[in-house]
Amino acid sequence: MSERVAVRKTYKLFIGGKFPRSESGRSYLVQSANVSLASRKDARDAVVAARAAVKGWAGATAYNRGQILYRVAEMLEGRREQFVALGLPADEVDAAIDRWVWYAGWSDKLSQVYGGANPVAGPYFNLSAPEPTGVVAAVAPEEPALLGLVSVIAPAIVSGNTVVVAASPVAPLAAVTLAEVLATSDLPGGVVNILTGRLAETVPTLAAHMDVNAIDLTGVADAELAADLEIRAAENLKRVLRPAPADHDWHADPGITRMTTLLETKTVWHPKGV
Amino acid sequence: MTATTTSARSDLTELGRSETALRTFLHGLPGVDQVGAEQRAAQLGTRSIKTTAKAEAIDLAIRMVDLTTLEGADTPGKVRALAAKALRPDPADPSCPHVGAVCVYPSMVPHVAEVLRGSGVHLASVATAFPSGQAPLEIKLADVRAAVEAGADEIDMVINRGAFLAGRYSEVYDEIVATKEACGNAHLKVILETGELATYDNVRRASWLAMLAGGDFIKTSTGKVPVAATLPVTLVMLEAVRDFRAATGRQVGVKPAGGIKTTKDAIKYLVMVNETVGADWLSPDWFRFGASSLLNDLLMQRTKLTTGVYAGPDYFTLD
Amino acid sequence: MFEYAPAPESRSVVDLKPSYGLFVDGAFVDPASGGSFKSVNPASEEVLAEIAEAGEEDVDRAVRAARTAYEKVWGPMPGRDRAKYLFRIARIIQERSRELAVLESLDNGKPIKESRDVDLPLVAAHFFYYAGWADKLPHAGFGPDPKPLGVAAQVIPWNFPLLMLAWKIAPALAAGNTVVLKPAETTPLTALLFAEICQQADLPAGVVNIVTGAGDTGRALVEHPGVDKVAFTGSTEVGRAIARSVAGTRKKLTLELGGKAANIVFDDAPIDQAVEGIVNGIFFNQGHVCCAGSRLLVQESVADRVLESLKRRMAQLRVGDPLDKNTDVGAINSAAQLARIRELSDAGSAEGAERWSPPCELPERGFWFAPTIFTGVTQAHRIAREEIFGPVLSVLTFRTPAEAVEKANNTPYGLSAGIWTDKGSRILWLADRLRAGVVWANTFNKFDPTSPFGGYKESGYGREGGRHGLEGYLNV
Repeated sequence: MSERVAVRKTYKLFIGGKFPRSESGRSYLVQSANVSLASRKDARDAVVAARAAVKGWAGATAYNRGQILYRVAEMLEGRREQFVALGLPADEVDAAIDRWVWYAGWSDKLSQVYGGANPVAGPYFNLSAPEPTGVVAAVAPEEPALLGLVSVIAPAIVSGNTVVVAASPVAPLAAVTLAEVLATSDLPGGVVNILTGRLAETVPTLAAHMDVNAIDLTGVADAELAADLEIRAAENLKRVLRPAPADHDWHADPGITRMTTLLETKTVWHPKGV
Repeated sequence: MTATTTSARSDLTELGRSETALRTFLHGLPGVDQVGAEQRAAQLGTRSIKTTAKAEAIDLAIRMVDLTTLEGADTPGKVRALAAKALRPDPADPSCPHVGAVCVYPSMVPHVAEVLRGSGVHLASVATAFPSGQAPLEIKLADVRAAVEAGADEIDMVINRGAFLAGRYSEVYDEIVATKEACGNAHLKVILETGELATYDNVRRASWLAMLAGGDFIKTSTGKVPVAATLPVTLVMLEAVRDFRAATGRQVGVKPAGGIKTTKDAIKYLVMVNETVGADWLSPDWFRFGASSLLNDLLMQRTKLTTGVYAGPDYFTLD
Repeated sequence: MFEYAPAPESRSVVDLKPSYGLFVDGAFVDPASGGSFKSVNPASEEVLAEIAEAGEEDVDRAVRAARTAYEKVWGPMPGRDRAKYLFRIARIIQERSRELAVLESLDNGKPIKESRDVDLPLVAAHFFYYAGWADKLPHAGFGPDPKPLGVAAQVIPWNFPLLMLAWKIAPALAAGNTVVLKPAETTPLTALLFAEICQQADLPAGVVNIVTGAGDTGRALVEHPGVDKVAFTGSTEVGRAIARSVAGTRKKLTLELGGKAANIVFDDAPIDQAVEGIVNGIFFNQGHVCCAGSRLLVQESVADRVLESLKRRMAQLRVGDPLDKNTDVGAINSAAQLARIRELSDAGSAEGAERWSPPCELPERGFWFAPTIFTGVTQAHRIAREEIFGPVLSVLTFRTPAEAVEKANNTPYGLSAGIWTDKGSRILWLADRLRAGVVWANTFNKFDPTSPFGGYKESGYGREGGRHGLEGYLNV
């Protein structure tokens, strides 16, 4: 009996809920697999998909978004072994699952914690509430490949943003596998879009893109590149999350700043009278 | 407003024939935002009227006063004295103008008429079972006719607030029409008693209702309920007469009454008239103050402007 | 006719010095270069004072003074004591508010009734509000132990000189930072009087430093490596440049930039109040307001009526001497701003929009522009897209709520918006969809220290006012 020949997997991009190859037709060998090498045009397509998804996702109820984020945790739990098989530490996979659960619970609490009534000195109803900023471009940290990735995606989307995330170039398999989880978690297409390949190719395009509202530079380890991206982002005054320090503890409580930086506070006034 | 600009003038006169049409029209008027209206009124109140402008305003205000006494204790002697003061508010200064009118109860009209005859000072009387209006219509109309017959050339009637608040607009309308008819040639001022109408939306509707029914003036208050004339209420009424003239071509006067006690108050009203409806209303024919103690304050301020010295109440007559 | 006699507020309450130095480390000092510029009264072009111009060396001195004060005094000081200084400042502002109001009107050109009734009360209120936060930061919702950032570089515009100073300095100090503030070059005087107030309050030296000058001074300040925080209010163009200049640094940035707000009037609006709101929205402060309602979107079914009322109301606006208590619209702040307003208005006419102004006599000297509306404006016109920052209103129409939202959001800006309708559910529906940081429904241009203010998109980021306003000055 000869040993069974394994069916190998093709790792593709994740854009608009679909798994296209790079329009450039390129791939690169990494983690013993061929992974799509996303082009500038792929980055642009991903932004278009992300923009198209904003209305539905931001317009969904917070309860609904929470349900879907929790569903992601459920699906990830079910595929736990698959991620471990990719070489990820089991405790990182568990922490990534728990992080989805943590953020799922934030969906319908953020407005209460970060907004509220303001006691203005006059006969007015005055309420501040946070809203998603729109399309977020994010760079996931190289390590930890899964927990770091989840830690940039979840805080962006929990409030109703959609995201285009550049996966770790050296360890993209966790990202592409996560895309499979997302695709089967009731998450509307386009809410999360994942690009694999070289950061220097896709991220400057995202940073300069005029239809992107915010950029999360968490995973940009190169200080010069980070500064260049921030300069590009200034063109349409994107909200900026600067790179995480090298010694960042990804297992610690993330706090709310990652979420709030990607929010807009809207304050509504109305007179009170008869 | 929206409804009126698109309506032909004739349509408006038809409104009174149908309760439904009247209701639809009145409820189709634009709303009034309380906070916004009160802020606008307060802003106008910050105008600073000094020197020559103040002197002009004081004389104009004096000419606009409906010098009023509406007390159970009024006697012929008291109202005659008041009428004499109306003619010569400041006996020491012949340049001081006379007031717009004297306003008394119907039973006092003959006594005032004797004094005012031929003077140009009008004689107003509060008929229609003032101040509550709670009497049978026939009695109210008889009240009006008696006052006119006795020499009143202006009648201040009260509307039926109960009917208005209950939404029986036709009833209110018909009473005003009937009263106007009973007035003959006398001018009809319709008292809305805004202090009982509760909202500015109601003040606007009542203003239009009174104008549609033929009122020559709309007046805020009887002075007999806790809340009398206020600046924002008067603002809403001024906007109503402005819009009514734009819609119908007919100009209606406005009379805030009650609670206006000082020159400063009066000038705030004049500023409001000036900036809301303009010069066309800055005349005793179109704007009046229903007041009693206001006159003496106007006179004291007038004296201050002419002499440069602050006056004291002992130098002005009490009536 | 009822002509109002002149009612000028007395200037004697203001004691103007012929020249002013920089306020560094608690004292007025001469600039290293010896350079200076003049601040003029825009209503008369009279020179009010000679103002020191801070160069790089002066900015460096100020930043170092602020650093020392942060490390030695203000940072270690218990919050309750910082609070007391801020309360003290608030009280002095109240006591000297007439003086500050007159000076503001002289230097800025805004009507005294606005500086007296709007700016100054808000300035004092802002210091009172943030004073109370100084010892309550752990309760502000940013974690149990939020820390100040250090030295804040603050650059403010000329439209609300003292109010913008308050918006910047009060939260910065409450959070425990020290500041170097640069007022606008056309309106430095109230900031310098504020420096005197800091002295009067015995505020420790170096906690507040005021460096006067133009763009170069501002650039030197925000680019100084010794600052930890940059806060800017002004044009989007400059905001962009600042965002670039802090790229790759530790400096935390908040920006409050331009706007092109839609003021949306539905056919069921309370028309008389809506007209007041339109007037207040665009003619308040000569339209020198980043959140001005500069685009009127009026429902077609009521457009004629609203415009008729608006024109009648505009005819009542009293344009002239800012110190006259009855003036509604004052002087344009500078010759440069006047030129920009003229340029864009001419573009409006050239592009085919119909221009209207009430009959209005403008003074001979000084910088003046009559309240103006353009009708027949489309989304493609420059006057519908570019911030004019003057008393110029562009009127557009819409037919459905969805169209109103679409047009309102069709701009790179997102600072404010107005909605006028009697229907509550429609207000909430629109408020959800308008991409703007402040939505005024059935009111406009209302401000309060407790209420967060700031924009979406290219109108900037971060919020000023309220609990949110602390965030930009804490390490969270």
